[in-house]
Amino acid sequence: MNRVVVIGAGPAGLAAAASAATAGADVVLVDEGERVGGQFWRHHPDLTDPRLQHQLGRFGRLRESLSTVRMVSSASVWRVEVDPLRVHVLVGPADATGRAAETLTADSVVVATGAHDRVLPVPGWTLPGVTSAGAIQALAKRDALAPGESTVVAGAGPFLLPVAQSVALQGGRVAEVVEAVGFGAILRGWGTKAWQLTAAAGKAGELSGYVASLARHRTPYRFGSAVTRIHGTDAVEAVTVQRIDTQWRPIAGTERTVECDSVGLGHGFTPRLETAIQFGCAISPDRFVTVDAEQRTTVPGVFAAGEITGIGGADAALAEGEIAGLAAAGAASDDPRLKGAAAVRRRMHAFAARLEVHGIRAGWTAWLDDDTIICRCESVRRNVIDEYVATSSRGMRLATRAGLGACQGRTCGRSVDDITGAAGSTVGAGFEHRPVLSSVRIGELAGLSNGAGTLDTEPSGGN
Amino acid sequence: MSISIRVDGVELSGRDGQTIAGVLLGNGQRTWRDAHDGRRGIFCGIGVCQDCVLTVNGVEGVRACQRTAVDGDVIEREGRA
Repeated sequence: MNRVVVIGAGPAGLAAAASAATAGADVVLVDEGERVGGQFWRHHPDLTDPRLQHQLGRFGRLRESLSTVRMVSSASVWRVEVDPLRVHVLVGPADATGRAAETLTADSVVVATGAHDRVLPVPGWTLPGVTSAGAIQALAKRDALAPGESTVVAGAGPFLLPVAQSVALQGGRVAEVVEAVGFGAILRGWGTKAWQLTAAAGKAGELSGYVASLARHRTPYRFGSAVTRIHGTDAVEAVTVQRIDTQWRPIAGTERTVECDSVGLGHGFTPRLETAIQFGCAISPDRFVTVDAEQRTTVPGVFAAGEITGIGGADAALAEGEIAGLAAAGAASDDPRLKGAAAVRRRMHAFAARLEVHGIRAGWTAWLDDDTIICRCESVRRNVIDEYVATSSRGMRLATRAGLGACQGRTCGRSVDDITGAAGSTVGAGFEHRPVLSSVRIGELAGLSNGAGTLDTEPSGGN
Repeated sequence: MSISIRVDGVELSGRDGQTIAGVLLGNGQRTWRDAHDGRRGIFCGIGVCQDCVLTVNGVEGVRACQRTAVDGDVIEREGRA
């Protein structure tokens, strides 16, 4: 029997675990959260407003089909190895000391680690009250809270819509939604090949629900604009909203001040590639895990599904996960069970291709001041990064400390690449190469080497 | 059901199941550590950014957005300036 370890219990990981189990594999599902569901089905049974959740029926069916799957929740994957495939986890409350160590061996692994918000820096973005757009979703679903009394939601892409709705459902006021892309460009981008949209009809229904919610709350929705400055002393007090051109450069003279106490910023998503990179999987030039038709990565036995293979939304992730799980369990490539999921994957990829109209444009760096903080952990300002712009990514990190703080460049890495012009450079050479999978206390590591766990005594060499 | 935690000596009540960040925000507290450049609060909400760290029951560097608040938790703010 194939032993399959699935990393990540969002839509892709849940679907992979369920389909692998159905195909007869011995499945272990590990996830950092206390409950399965990932960020999409992030929930608490007593706190989450069901109106914030989508496809709850599918979620329920997936959970029911996991009865033979071993679930390891509150688990930090801190190291992975190939040949043999091994996944090292620490299990216990987040950031606690003395968590229980376990090593899972596998015949196949499905990596379904998802994505997190990409947030572009803006002067004032370190003020309390400024969060990622995803944080607003997380607080609404997990803690039943609005971020403040009055919130500006800004960035790019359709994700701003459910975020604005979450604020309203939690009793907050949305002062404005600010979308970087112009209305005309969105119509052109989304309107081409309209027949492909009918295949994603569920999305159209979801969209009209959000639009109705915005109308009901009389929420202004500004297109072709950005929050280019955030004001406040100890916390957010107001923002500057400004028109931007098609390259996202601010247009002088169009500034407006909008009072608010919270700002949610989301300029798309960036995949959580750390685990795939540590496995040694090939990463594409546009920074996603390269997979074949059965979701195989370039590393034997390692599969990938969901947002780490391309930002496509929950439906694409579910389909990819189903395929990855079947293939990881040993299904043949002509297995009839793969056909339905493959068709859904094709349709959702065609739909997701439209998100490109909301893709970040290079002109955004023009809204930075010289002293705007880019790396939040180490408080590294733009002018310091400019000083080392010609050095290697490694040299720049060592000189400025950008990307070397607690988050290991997860928040600032791509912004630094944008500023230095390294965005198209060799994959794995710069900020992308971050083998730190999760924070581990020195004491926990020491405990592992003392025989309490299973840390290898031989040098691994591969990282 | 409600729970109570102590943050820098002040009792704050929250709903059972909320994160420590949720209890703080629910009590209108949004600034809870110092950095080089000023105050910080929660940012990413999903455990990636590490901006919301607090000391929980004597253990430093706990992400407030990832830890479920437990009745009786003793929390201290951190300064990393």
